[in-house]
Amino acid sequence: MAFRDGPFENLKVPLTWTAAVVVVVAIVGAILLLATDRRSDDGVSAYGALRSGTEAVAAPAGGVLSAPVRWVGAVGDYIGGYFFAVSENRRLKAEIADLRAWRDEAIALKNVNGRYEAMMGLRTEPPMPMVTARAISDVRGPFARARLLDAGQAKGVRIGNPVMNEFGLAGRVTGVTGGVSRMVLLTDVASRVPVLIERTDTRAMLVGDGGENPRLDYVRGAGALQPGDRVLSSGDGGGVPRGLPVGVVARGVDGAWRVKLFSDRGPIDYVRILLFQNFAQLVSPEALNAPPLAGLTTAPEPTPEQAAQIADVAARRRAEAEAQAERTRLAVAQAEQAERLRAAQQAQAQAQTQAQPQGQARPNAPAPTQGRTARPVAAETRPSTGQPRPQAQAQGQAQTPPQAAPAAAAPARPDAEDET
Amino acid sequence: MRRPAAVRVVGPLQWIIYPALAAVAATVILATPAELFGLRLPEPVIPMVLAFAWPLIRPSMLGAAMLFALGLFLDLFWNGPLGLWPLCLMGVYGAVLASRSLLAGHEGLVRFAWYLVCVVAAFVLAYAIVALRAGNPPAILPVVGQVAPTLLLYPLAHWLIERFDDGDTRFR
Repeated sequence: MAFRDGPFENLKVPLTWTAAVVVVVAIVGAILLLATDRRSDDGVSAYGALRSGTEAVAAPAGGVLSAPVRWVGAVGDYIGGYFFAVSENRRLKAEIADLRAWRDEAIALKNVNGRYEAMMGLRTEPPMPMVTARAISDVRGPFARARLLDAGQAKGVRIGNPVMNEFGLAGRVTGVTGGVSRMVLLTDVASRVPVLIERTDTRAMLVGDGGENPRLDYVRGAGALQPGDRVLSSGDGGGVPRGLPVGVVARGVDGAWRVKLFSDRGPIDYVRILLFQNFAQLVSPEALNAPPLAGLTTAPEPTPEQAAQIADVAARRRAEAEAQAERTRLAVAQAEQAERLRAAQQAQAQAQTQAQPQGQARPNAPAPTQGRTARPVAAETRPSTGQPRPQAQAQGQAQTPPQAAPAAAAPARPDAEDET
Repeated sequence: MRRPAAVRVVGPLQWIIYPALAAVAATVILATPAELFGLRLPEPVIPMVLAFAWPLIRPSMLGAAMLFALGLFLDLFWNGPLGLWPLCLMGVYGAVLASRSLLAGHEGLVRFAWYLVCVVAAFVLAYAIVALRAGNPPAILPVVGQVAPTLLLYPLAHWLIERFDDGDTRFR
């Protein structure tokens, strides 16, 4: 029985409603796709196979379409070279003369740098293999900036590889198929590249926003940036090797620090893909996975003879240290005794010089005897019970230096007591 | 004796499939990395024309489904988040479908104004989605640089509507 002969023959559904149902279903599906399309930490998309298939199909079409553009460009270059050969020759000669000085300086610096690296034991990054590729498609929208390159897994390209043109860093590979890879430019809204400022060694994050000049975020320090500062890749995080030229700092119209990319100085058509993954490829996994401080457990146990020698040497060193400490203690005690004797003699001589003028002024007073001055120090330092005369005390204080006052006052008291 | 007139049937192949293929081809061609005097080729969202014109021509399940497929193609070809352009295009299609009776009989400025509103709303939605996903709002100038050529495609939408609206005599 045919459909039109059945009970649904006269069933009519409004086209608007059926279309609306499809719209609602499609919107729900789109939201689900948005929610599930995430990239893992190593940059692999959840729909990587679908994207790779699309790129594999789109790449030949892009190659065919971009071929005439290249031919026209080559013809233009040929004609331009024919008509402007003389001026081009002059410009190149001037450039060569300028570069000769730079070449000599580079050779000297390379020599010095090599010596420093050898002296300091620096482990520099090894030379990196590269693959040359050609851009065959260009996405320039505000929400995505990417290019298709005609080199893929067959040439060793992997997700995360940095891409440069002849002027500087251009982007990174985010998708790979057998013969095609997709490069996300530094200007893409999802691009983040850690960079450093050459002049101040300041670290920052280069953040793309879909415009021509990506933004510098997370800049630390006042005065860290100036217009014209060169920006290099910092290598932090291991995604991009250190020192790749990126651009120069400029102030954007919105007041933010931005970077004029070196890669924009020429077309991003022929590029070099650096086969660099991350820092993990620069070290051996065995060295990384070794137990920590493994070298400390490799010293062998000493033999009995070695242990006896070690104990003997330790005992002799201990006895020598004790003898040295005793000698030091005795020398200190002798020095203190000599100092006390010298101070007592000084005080006695001072007392005699004070007593001489007083004996001449008072004839009735008894003259000081030689035996009193020759009295032993112990007798002179006996405790006294009387008070000296204020005049003599004042004279003693005035003539005695401040640091010697206590030592001089003690032997002066017996004399004052005798005079009273 | 009167001869029967030949009825010219304009099916989905003419007003859905061919325009969709043309939109795909134009998108691929405009993605050619060509640069002349420092200027690159424009990159409009060409399926936006179809999202506006198709519901005005005739509501169709096939049209909505094809528009969803075109959005997926844009996401895959432009390396955008999957679902971004299907959502925006279906939003435009749904809005025009809902306002179809209001727009009936209007031409010229009113229709262009509605096209402008739909395009701007779709780009605002795309901007918000990308900003939320990337945690980084895109720059405004490149957005304007894509909205403007998309708006300039309005004559194409107008031509499509005039060409296929009531083109099928069965719907008169």
